[in-house]
Amino acid sequence: MKKLIGAAVIILLWNACKFNEQKTLPIAGNRDAVTETVDGKTVTDTVYQTIPAFKFVNQYGDSITNKTLDGNIYVADFFFTTCPSICPIMHRNMLTVYNAFKDVADVKIISHTIDPQHDSVAVLKKYADKLGIAGSKWWLLQGKKEDTYKLAASYLVSSPQVDAKEKYVHDGYFILIDKQKRIRGQYDGTVPEQVTKLIEDIKTLKAEPDQTTAK
Amino acid sequence: MKLKVISGICLLLAIFLYSCQSEDELEFSRYYSAGNVIYQSKCMNCHGKNGEGLSALIPPLTDSVYLKVHKDSLSCFIKYGLKGKITLANKTFEGEMPANDFAPIEIAEVLTYVTNSFGNKMGTITSQHVGDDLQKCK
Ligand code: HEC
Repeated sequence: MKKLIGAAVIILLWNACKFNEQKTLPIAGNRDAVTETVDGKTVTDTVYQTIPAFKFVNQYGDSITNKTLDGNIYVADFFFTTCPSICPIMHRNMLTVYNAFKDVADVKIISHTIDPQHDSVAVLKKYADKLGIAGSKWWLLQGKKEDTYKLAASYLVSSPQVDAKEKYVHDGYFILIDKQKRIRGQYDGTVPEQVTKLIEDIKTLKAEPDQTTAK
Repeated sequence: MKLKVISGICLLLAIFLYSCQSEDELEFSRYYSAGNVIYQSKCMNCHGKNGEGLSALIPPLTDSVYLKVHKDSLSCFIKYGLKGKITLANKTFEGEMPANDFAPIEIAEVLTYVTNSFGNKMGTITSQHVGDDLQKCK
């Protein structure tokens, strides 16, 4: 009985905390104050760092650009199909994200291969099939290596390094991008609790006013 | 008098059996817990916390029948890696497992862990057994 009361108190407290919780996510990256003259008035706006334009090919051989992702919240990560270390954990966890938003139209997942030489479109398609993903929720993207590495930098993750034993070393981060292409969160994709938080954060983000109105 | 002798022998036998068994058990738990540590650092990323594998990319370690049938090859799989088509848990896998530079005792430990976790129950795989199996790797 005592235990029960204890549990009830904890739940109550936790809910109380939740009630006070901020309902928007922070915005990461550099920001600039830009002063412009609009209609003869001076206005100052905060301009946040955004993900630059890119162009890659997905596992179906379709061209995917930053424009293709317009109107979507998306999660990005970096991997390669022959990665022996952290990628299996990352994609086991990403499958949880995939399943959580399977039927939600404006949430997508993109995984950039950092080994495009090996990971051709055919290899990526096979990997996707084996992973058990289909449709257009989760794209595996490949393109020029320099482009991918440069893009990694704009997601604020460290640039992949070549390593004799592991072939490549890279971060296991999942990066959350909003419809304005701003970085809204980074999560360690190898830690299940962080991935649970990512799923919660996507729901919070989806409810923000400038996400529901963005096209 | 007779009774005393008989009960004495019985007692001895019981002690003998008991100590024997606990010796085995001790060995098992030594192997098992060392194997758990190796599993977490060298295998878990691919095969998962509960040996669940990853879709059709990485096989699970929960197919007891497969493990039993391949008991004598498991050491070779761990030491030299595994490649090519295999069928287990009602699925076909065609992946590649990297080789591990393990001593026989480490292989024995991790195999004892794997074959007695995730619903498997195969008992201790000794370092002796591993040594013998490694001689026969193809
Ligand atoms: C890089 C990922 C990776 C790592 C690390 C790894 N494995 Fe594997 N393992 C695989 C793949 C992939 C296969 C299937 C190979 C094939 O298709 O031929 C496999 C197959 C197996 C098999 C036989 C099939 C089955 O599932 O029963 C066993 C047993 C096994 N691994 C045990 C281990 C143990 C023990 C370790 C740690 C020492 C380990 N593996 C580390 C990827 C990995």
